[in-house]
Amino acid sequence: MAGHESHPTAPPKPRATPEEMRERKRLSRQRVSDDSEFITVSMGPQHPSTHGVYQAVVDLDGEIVVNTRPSIGNLHRGVEKLAEVKSYHRFLPLTDRLDYISSFAMNHAYAEAVEKLMDIEVPRRARYIRTIGDELCRLSNHLLWLGVHVMDFGAQTFFLICFRDREYVLDLWEMLCGARLTHSYARIGGVAADLPDGWVEKCRAAMEFMPRRLAEYQRLVEKNRIFLKRTQGIGIFTQEDCVAWRVTGPSLRATGMERDLRKTEPYAAYDEVDFDVAVEYDADVYSRYLVRMKEMYESCKIILQCLDQLPEGDYINQDAASQTFPRKKRVMRDSAAMVQDFMQTFRGPKVPKGEVYKAIEVPKGEMGVYIVSDGTSIPQRLHLVTPTFYHCQATPALFEGEMISDVVGIFGSVDIVLGDSDR
Amino acid sequence: MTEFIILIIKLILIIAVSVGMVPFLIYFERKFAGFFQSRMGPTYAGPWGSLQSFGDMAKLMSKEDLVPAAADGPVFRIAPYILFVPAFVSMTLIPFGPMDVDIFGYNVDLVVSSFDAGVILFLALGSLAVYGPVFGGWASNNNWALLGALRSGAQMVSYEISMGLAVVGVIVMANTLNFVDIVDAQAGGFWNWFFIPQLVGFVIFFVASIAELNRDPFNLAEAEQELVAGYMTEYSGMRWGIFMFGEYVNMVVMSAVISTIFMGGWRAPFEFLDVIPGFIWLVGKMLFFIFLYMWIRWTLPRYRYNQLMDIGWKIFLPLAIANLAVTALIISVV
Repeated sequence: MAGHESHPTAPPKPRATPEEMRERKRLSRQRVSDDSEFITVSMGPQHPSTHGVYQAVVDLDGEIVVNTRPSIGNLHRGVEKLAEVKSYHRFLPLTDRLDYISSFAMNHAYAEAVEKLMDIEVPRRARYIRTIGDELCRLSNHLLWLGVHVMDFGAQTFFLICFRDREYVLDLWEMLCGARLTHSYARIGGVAADLPDGWVEKCRAAMEFMPRRLAEYQRLVEKNRIFLKRTQGIGIFTQEDCVAWRVTGPSLRATGMERDLRKTEPYAAYDEVDFDVAVEYDADVYSRYLVRMKEMYESCKIILQCLDQLPEGDYINQDAASQTFPRKKRVMRDSAAMVQDFMQTFRGPKVPKGEVYKAIEVPKGEMGVYIVSDGTSIPQRLHLVTPTFYHCQATPALFEGEMISDVVGIFGSVDIVLGDSDR
Repeated sequence: MTEFIILIIKLILIIAVSVGMVPFLIYFERKFAGFFQSRMGPTYAGPWGSLQSFGDMAKLMSKEDLVPAAADGPVFRIAPYILFVPAFVSMTLIPFGPMDVDIFGYNVDLVVSSFDAGVILFLALGSLAVYGPVFGGWASNNNWALLGALRSGAQMVSYEISMGLAVVGVIVMANTLNFVDIVDAQAGGFWNWFFIPQLVGFVIFFVASIAELNRDPFNLAEAEQELVAGYMTEYSGMRWGIFMFGEYVNMVVMSAVISTIFMGGWRAPFEFLDVIPGFIWLVGKMLFFIFLYMWIRWTLPRYRYNQLMDIGWKIFLPLAIANLAVTALIISVV
């Protein structure tokens, strides 16, 4: 893909054994003597940069973190409970509010789970559009993450530079579905609307332009010695730690594990495009940065492939009349479609009894949706397995022995958005 | 009597200049930050937003004068001024032009005090300024503020040493501790300025001065990503404003000192440019250094605390000592 060759990939380093990683982690963390006195500070929820309303009550020995008591729930909105009084269609806009940085990916995860429960087919075109949407989310999420991450280490300007380029992605979203933040673009059985005229060209132009900008960021960040000093060898979280605490996504891939649901359990159109799973082996903050940087290049690549291969056809399943919405154009002309629209809106879809779990790879990690259905149009129980929740629970293990200066940077490096964790 | 009146006028001028510059420096900083970040910066108050700082000041002054119940009242109240006062005193040592100038029939030295141990006094006053953050952080009775105060104390003390040693090279070359004589030793043109023979000392002094001023990449004492606002966490209203003001006054003073020690002070780079008053040259050089401070602040990430200490003690201190030794050797041989 255009500009992709310029991506300076370092040759993969030899993989360290688990023992070596454990030793490296031990050396990177500092320990305190037993007779130290601690002072306790509360990081968050009003701390200026804890990435949302997360609170960590931290015991410090001088500058070194000894204990962390994380506390989440300041943003709790009872989303899972709300799901139990809403029909499957009506719950979908609420999923936007989970990880509001990449809301389409959240829609998508939910829609995939419901489709698996109902056992309905998604048209090929819709699967391609969903793939594009997912990758656009990944781009905008990682761009935001990158800006905030560098700002966590004190460089203020970089934040706004990243925001500037995130606008290109948000503009695409605005043109696609009218919303820039809470997209609600997925529907059960497809997506809400077809791609508008001219969108493909605009998207292609943006995706051909983006790798050039990404290379610029790489020069800006990777040649900055202060940034390297601040991130390399910091916040080491080994593969076994990640598995123990269920830390997924780029943080897991930064430990050398090639787990990416897009590859291992392909959904949407991921089995029809060619892309690499970004993997790094050092398990530190810098590796997590590298993984995300590579993923952004891969996202551009995937989107361009999808645009090239974009098939014709329906954008929403039209064969399952009791479960999906009809195309909006049909509603005004066809009385059967109008009834279908009415029934779907007011009564909801017909759902078989049963339970289902479906996970997809959202930008922050693995997002799973677990649904128990009793055969009505309202889920009996819906559980959202969101990545940030697990990332937050891992914070005591992540922070222990690190310096207070790095806490926010390390916390940011696993990628958090509290709407995702607090639900 | 006349001398006394002239002295008072000079003092008022010095304070007026260094205080008067601050609102514009804040404005410049915000404007520069805007340009660095591809946005506009302040635009609404006054032409091109130039009155923004005055608006901010009016806002800060009208805010409630808040002292936390658990704070140590008197120390808390006095701390911002401790940062403020030494800066003004240092400013009196800086010559703004030649001695014995004829102004309205009076012979005036364009310096408030031609003090023979000026450099030492400046370094001593710089150490005094540490007490502002330290008192403020301690008296706030807040853990974040305390951490910020400890950091700023340790940081300023460790950088003071390399800074002092970096100046000694110049002192050896100029053979004087008086700022007026240091400027005179650099007369003749920019090739006589001390930043050329003392390049190492100049770089050390400049970097150490960033640390002294608590600015990025060394603004650990108030790192908002780490310590909320460091020692200023509990301050609000005009008292916070005074802290802020003090930092900018310190920046003015520090840039004046660097210009004086290493860049020829009020002297023009070429002798034929002497027709332009020395005062303008000095302010121009100061603005150059202030711009450098701002540029660096809006570009670089921040060092971690232990890395900062490593740089101070393991790199700058040995380098400054080596620089001094080499300078002394060359001076004694030549």
